[in-house]
Amino acid sequence: MEAIKEQKYTFKDFASDQEVRWCPGCDDYVILRSMQKALPEMGVKKEDVVFISGIGCSSRFPYYMNTYGMHTIHGRAPGIASGVKLANPDLSVWITTGDGDAMAIGGNHFIHVLRRNLDLNIILFNNEIYGLTKGQFSPTSLVGQKTKSSPYGNTQPPFVPGELALGAGARFFARIGGNVPKDMSQLFVDAHKFKGTSLIEVLQNCVIFNDGCYTKFTDKKVKEDMQIFLEHGKPMIFGKERDKGIVLKGLKLEVVTIGENGITQEDLLVHNAKEQDPTLHQMLVRLEYPIATGIIRSFEDVTLEEREDALTKQVKANSKFKKTDDLFFAGETYEVK
Amino acid sequence: MVTTKETLQPEVLEAVVIRFVGDSGDGMQLTGTQFTDTSAMFGNDIATFPNYPSEIRAPQGSLYGVSGFQVHIGSVEVSTPGDNLDLLVAMNPAGLKTNLYALKPGHTIIVDTDSFSKKNLEKAEYTSNPLEDNSLENYRVIQVSMTSLTKEALKDVEGLDNKSITRSKNMFALGMVYWMYGREKEHTIDFFNKKFKTKPHLIEANTKVLNAGFFFAETLELIPNAYTISPAKMDTGTYRVIMGNTATAWGFLAAAEKSGLELFLGSYPITPATDILHELVKHKHFGVKAFQAEDEIAGIASAIGASFAGDLAITTTSGPGLALKGEALGLAMIMELPLVVVNVQRGGPSTGLPTKTEQSDLLQAMYGRNGESPVIVIAASTPADCFNFAFEASKLALEHMTPVVLLTDGYIANGSAPWKIQSVSELPEIKNNITKEAVENWHPYDRNEETLARNWGIPGTPGLEHRVGGLEKDSLTGNVSHDPENHEKMTKIRAEKIKRVQNYIPDIESEFADSGDLLVVGWGGTYGSLHSAVKLINEEGYKNIGFAHFNYINPLPKNTEELLKRFKKIIVCELNNGQFANILKINFNGLDISQYNKIQGLPFGNNELIAEFKKLVD
Repeated sequence: MEAIKEQKYTFKDFASDQEVRWCPGCDDYVILRSMQKALPEMGVKKEDVVFISGIGCSSRFPYYMNTYGMHTIHGRAPGIASGVKLANPDLSVWITTGDGDAMAIGGNHFIHVLRRNLDLNIILFNNEIYGLTKGQFSPTSLVGQKTKSSPYGNTQPPFVPGELALGAGARFFARIGGNVPKDMSQLFVDAHKFKGTSLIEVLQNCVIFNDGCYTKFTDKKVKEDMQIFLEHGKPMIFGKERDKGIVLKGLKLEVVTIGENGITQEDLLVHNAKEQDPTLHQMLVRLEYPIATGIIRSFEDVTLEEREDALTKQVKANSKFKKTDDLFFAGETYEVK
Repeated sequence: MVTTKETLQPEVLEAVVIRFVGDSGDGMQLTGTQFTDTSAMFGNDIATFPNYPSEIRAPQGSLYGVSGFQVHIGSVEVSTPGDNLDLLVAMNPAGLKTNLYALKPGHTIIVDTDSFSKKNLEKAEYTSNPLEDNSLENYRVIQVSMTSLTKEALKDVEGLDNKSITRSKNMFALGMVYWMYGREKEHTIDFFNKKFKTKPHLIEANTKVLNAGFFFAETLELIPNAYTISPAKMDTGTYRVIMGNTATAWGFLAAAEKSGLELFLGSYPITPATDILHELVKHKHFGVKAFQAEDEIAGIASAIGASFAGDLAITTTSGPGLALKGEALGLAMIMELPLVVVNVQRGGPSTGLPTKTEQSDLLQAMYGRNGESPVIVIAASTPADCFNFAFEASKLALEHMTPVVLLTDGYIANGSAPWKIQSVSELPEIKNNITKEAVENWHPYDRNEETLARNWGIPGTPGLEHRVGGLEKDSLTGNVSHDPENHEKMTKIRAEKIKRVQNYIPDIESEFADSGDLLVVGWGGTYGSLHSAVKLINEEGYKNIGFAHFNYINPLPKNTEELLKRFKKIIVCELNNGQFANILKINFNGLDISQYNKIQGLPFGNNELIAEFKKLVD
């Protein structure tokens, strides 16, 4: 038996026998493959992994994973996943969700699951559009965006998912382009290792209804100039030439060029993902140029299941009730003879 | 200070109905509960009915802010809180005004005269003082300046503010009533000692006032101590007084222990169901996982997750909450996971009457989901048998792999009754459908041939990895299937699975008569009222009237039609507009079904029922 437990999985072990039905060219394939490749690196047993989703393209994900899984109802995956995790804290629980599922119909559950901090993981497939219902604007669509339900342009200002998440108390937030499988895989492993709720926003291109919405940030040619990939403890440098950086000026982040106006690498901010105070993380998620990717926040805190477990142990130790009969016959009872 | 309108004659009674009424902050619920517990421990049978406004502290003295607690105690079997009162204790004019209608002519009112000020009389919309204008001449009125007497009793107790002093006058009233009915004060004094452990001045104050009321009644000898109500004849055994919601919670505790599973509750606070949450959160020592979610939907969603992960999972709510849970309940139904949904019904529709009782969620429980979505629906009859039906709901959910809706209502949930304590060892076994280890060719939708329950494969079990979800399943593999034939097949299997539950539930029986002219039919929380009315009419000589009370509604017991057909006429009595009557009409042809419906947020009274039954047989 030991030998079987030690057996190293490959990505194939995590692929189910179901035919994958996303549109050809969709970034969802990249996310699926990245996850199947990440799982063998996590050292978790296949039978201990549960994928839970709501409704939408992203939510078909559990069917393609050869693990335990539930494809549930629109927006409610966080509630269902919380029940799974509270029932059995030993499981590795993953939620796959989209921008509509998480932030429109499921907005309430999304903020509360982040607030509570159970040790589970959320992958947010953000394509700034409703795909499965064929092209309506979502809560992350841009103002002015023309969609099937906004033919003259969207009039509703969007959420920035990271901003909402940090406001709700998220302890772990990462962002990644939908076209970088290797970095994505690594983030999934990091999210798994993180004790607490981790949220990974994938900038996922919808080839049919919102094609190219991230091209100006994620295209291979511009990626390095338009993204800053953050790493804890490292200075905030980006650009093909590694000559751009971020400094704090007043209450704003500012892009500077190393070597201009006397700026050196020492002047740049050093990324501290583990800082409890989310102020700087909030500024980073709101940056429009460059956009921040990588692990923006990773603050380890007590998890809900740890609090629950500690309380349960304490109550059990102090209680005179071991069996329900002890309770039923305790206190004010009387005999009828 | 004290006047009575006539000399009281000693009385020996089989049963007495008492109602305490006052402002919602006057402590009437506490007073009533103390009297109930003391009487139960004395050996009386009891039934209670708390009736309070939905405002926590409604404006003082107002008519709509009146809070009441009614208790029926008897030396004979008592199955309802009673129709008409033998004693009304009114702490203010508004309480008198709104409750006098229920008092039997010639019977007793105790009033706190200090509260009959001009201001309070105006708030109660009295144009003249009823204590002075002879409008109460048909009753025995005991006028007591309770507030002043309470103040006097407490003049030597230190550390009390004015508010605490006036608030303890309810104990003066309780003391008087204890003396009148020959009850001991000790239980209530013990209660003070526990409740105010860290506030000795409050123990002293409450005890003093209780004694003052007791001795006041005794010393002045104005009220004869002759309302003796002997202990009732009940089955031998160990008893306790239990509230319906507590009994429900305890039924789940017992089911978890019996099934060997851990109990998970996902819930969101809602009147009148919240006390089940309050009770279950206390029991971490049994490993109960009680999760207060962000809303009703997350409450049921978390329970579904826990069920998938192998717990005995429940969610508790009331009408509007069930509406919110509808979609998720459909999900649990198609995923065929065990789940119990408790709906403590209240007056509807919409927000309706949150603190009042009604039976109007029956059709919502039956049909309130999209698609063909049958679930088991059962209902508890009395406060004490909420225990049995919570246990039964768990057993059915686990053995048949399906959601079960358990209906109780505000009336039995908040009512108390003696409960003959059931040891877990005496309860029936609970099986489950868990597949413990991997087997060749295992599929999640492989079924038990008899029950049609599917396999339950729990995360953490190697080799059983599988996916379930809201999309239609292939009947064999459990994979997503859009095949037309398969969809029809699965729809019929899910319906048949619920129908086969008939093989595992008891037949319906009729009480008082096996056949005859009229069958009185009820379901759920009206058992006490209906049973008591049929019993009374039977004692009057109407031996041709039977009574059948349903606890199993979907599916109905196998012999339902056969039983109904043994009677010439049927009257279905419900606290709604005829929902169960409609279910019977849909299912069975050729029956003469009439209805008696009451939609006032109140339980049935005996008199109205008896009058209705007589119309049909005379």
